[in-house]
Amino acid sequence: MNSARRFGMALLGAVLGTAAFGAAQAAEPPLKIGLLEDVSGDLAFMGMPKLHGSQLAVEEINKSGGILGRQIELIHLDPQGDNARYQEFGRRLLNRDKVDVLIGGITSASREALRPIVDRTTTPYFYTNQYEGGVCDASMISMGAVPEQQFSTLIPWMVQKFGKKVYVIAADYNFGQISAEWNRKIMKDLGGEVVGEEFIPLGVSQFAQTIQNIQKAKPDWLLTINVGAAQDSFFEQAAAANLNLPMGSSIKIMLGFEHKRFKPPALNNMHATANWFEEIDTPEANDFKKRWHAKFPDELYINDMGYNAYNALYMYKTLVEKAKSTKLEDMRKVIATGDACIDAPEGKVCIDPKSQHTSHRMRLISVGPKHEVTVEKDYGTIQPYWLGEIGCDLTKKNDKDQYTPSHLPNKS
Amino acid sequence: MSAELFSVFYQFADVFAFLILSAAGLAIVFGMMGVINMAHGEFIMCGAYVTVGLVNLGVPLPIAQILAALTAGLIGIIVEFLVVRRFYKRPLDSLLATWGLSLIVTQSMLLIVGSAVRGIGTPEGSFAIGEYTFSTYRLVLFGCAVAVLAGLYIIFMKTRFGVIARATMQNAAMARALGARTGRIYSISFGIGTALAGLCGALYAPTMTLIPTMGATFVVESFVTVVIGGANVLLGTAPAAVFLAMIRMALNASYGQIIGQIGMLVAVILIVRVLPEGLSSVLVRRGR
Repeated sequence: MNSARRFGMALLGAVLGTAAFGAAQAAEPPLKIGLLEDVSGDLAFMGMPKLHGSQLAVEEINKSGGILGRQIELIHLDPQGDNARYQEFGRRLLNRDKVDVLIGGITSASREALRPIVDRTTTPYFYTNQYEGGVCDASMISMGAVPEQQFSTLIPWMVQKFGKKVYVIAADYNFGQISAEWNRKIMKDLGGEVVGEEFIPLGVSQFAQTIQNIQKAKPDWLLTINVGAAQDSFFEQAAAANLNLPMGSSIKIMLGFEHKRFKPPALNNMHATANWFEEIDTPEANDFKKRWHAKFPDELYINDMGYNAYNALYMYKTLVEKAKSTKLEDMRKVIATGDACIDAPEGKVCIDPKSQHTSHRMRLISVGPKHEVTVEKDYGTIQPYWLGEIGCDLTKKNDKDQYTPSHLPNKS
Repeated sequence: MSAELFSVFYQFADVFAFLILSAAGLAIVFGMMGVINMAHGEFIMCGAYVTVGLVNLGVPLPIAQILAALTAGLIGIIVEFLVVRRFYKRPLDSLLATWGLSLIVTQSMLLIVGSAVRGIGTPEGSFAIGEYTFSTYRLVLFGCAVAVLAGLYIIFMKTRFGVIARATMQNAAMARALGARTGRIYSISFGIGTALAGLCGALYAPTMTLIPTMGATFVVESFVTVVIGGANVLLGTAPAAVFLAMIRMALNASYGQIIGQIGMLVAVILIVRVLPEGLSSVLVRRGR
């Protein structure tokens, strides 16, 4: 009796084992995508399109067979704009959920909070925003535009068109400070003059004094790199005080869609260089917009962050499938060939092997009195060349550092 | 030179209006009633959203602003009845309860209304003096701040309700013994407080970006003004706002917004250290 039972158990075990083995062959467990985006707090209006872009890409990729035949699963956590929560949730996704890739972060402060944690793992990290540039870190792949794509195009154009005197309003944290440094460097090269710089703490919403400081300094144009909903109140207050100066920015319109959020003409005469803005009118872009709005009919604006977040998943798919592996080192071998490219809605974009930043097709856009957006100039594809020029080469050495015009790598 | 002088006055008026309008409601709710209302910013947000909603429905801006203040007051009375009433003897628990309320409200607004609402634009009108141009609406805000102060003075010093309300706040048991319906007094006072918060949101709605967390930009300034104003709301809040506005304006003008903010908060720390009872304690003593 006893032996018969044992035989029965063994048989059952064998059957179950085969069944499990069969199931594993039929479908491997899904790839886990960890996503950290703010969908509440001061930056929620920017973070929401990033979540939507990721969800759209995941849905499309899963419908067309997944990555390497595996389905992908999005695990999204909302850090609510809090850098400590970015670190906590980052650790949770990396160590507990063991995600295959980590994506996200809005402010540069949140990215810098996250990066050391990512660096202690072997998980790839995609940062999907335009930013102040300079991060030379093998774990990070940057999908957004950087200063050589945005400021080196915009600032000379503004100087030529409006004049050599600029006044800067910047958010007071690493993004604003380093962007202002870029402006100083480029203005100096052009023989221009920075007649004023004002750094504003995040959350400040009253600008009467700033407006008068600007009028006193008499600039030809303004560089507005103020961040967040509170600081955006500047535009309404400047318009009400009839400040009426041309403005340039690396984050307005395509990122914060101020022209959709404020009543015209508050954003009149704003200029920006962008790899994506919803008004792009090409067949590929229109097809992308149609799919997006079909899934998210209430979206006010598809901003460049949301668009880059969408591209990040396709770039990840391309890298994994070319490497036939989800390991960072194998993916980086693909990047090193210079052949890590996808056909994005803006056109073909590729990852630069030295810096792991993305090439972009850049256009200069301007906003009119009725908040209509027109393309002033098409720069074609611009490579993220600056890091490579100053000596960052991730194919040879992992610096894990962020460089700026005043903080360059030691030449050895 | 006259342009510079006017500019100084205008900047002072601007900061003063911001401090008074954001603090007036809290002065009653926190200063007089002793309720640490962490949801103060959410009543401001409520006023702003109602204003924008009504303007989008075609209601003229001033009427929308008055209706928004009334709405916030009405919601305040309901909140007082449902939540705050239970915490008059437990001020620290009122902090927790209203903070919870604030979290629930901001998240619900995010889910219901969305992360951003299109603004309505500041009423037209600007004028130039010398090389500077100014927005007329900012002076309207200053006028409203002065009117709010005058209104508070009249309500609490010159009306029968005001006398009974002050008596209730000083000694509720005695007031009740003398026949005052203290429950109703508390309820109406809380309603006036939240209506003033709603008015602040309504007045600033055209000049700002509307997001569910917008109330947070007012909260620090409002608490700071009320705290250094001290226990006597009517004698404290106005001088506190004048004092803080002068410090902030001077530092903003010379050193920018960061130093302006730091300087104002340092001044607050010093005052709380030297005068724990607030500015009104000195003024009241002098007055006697």
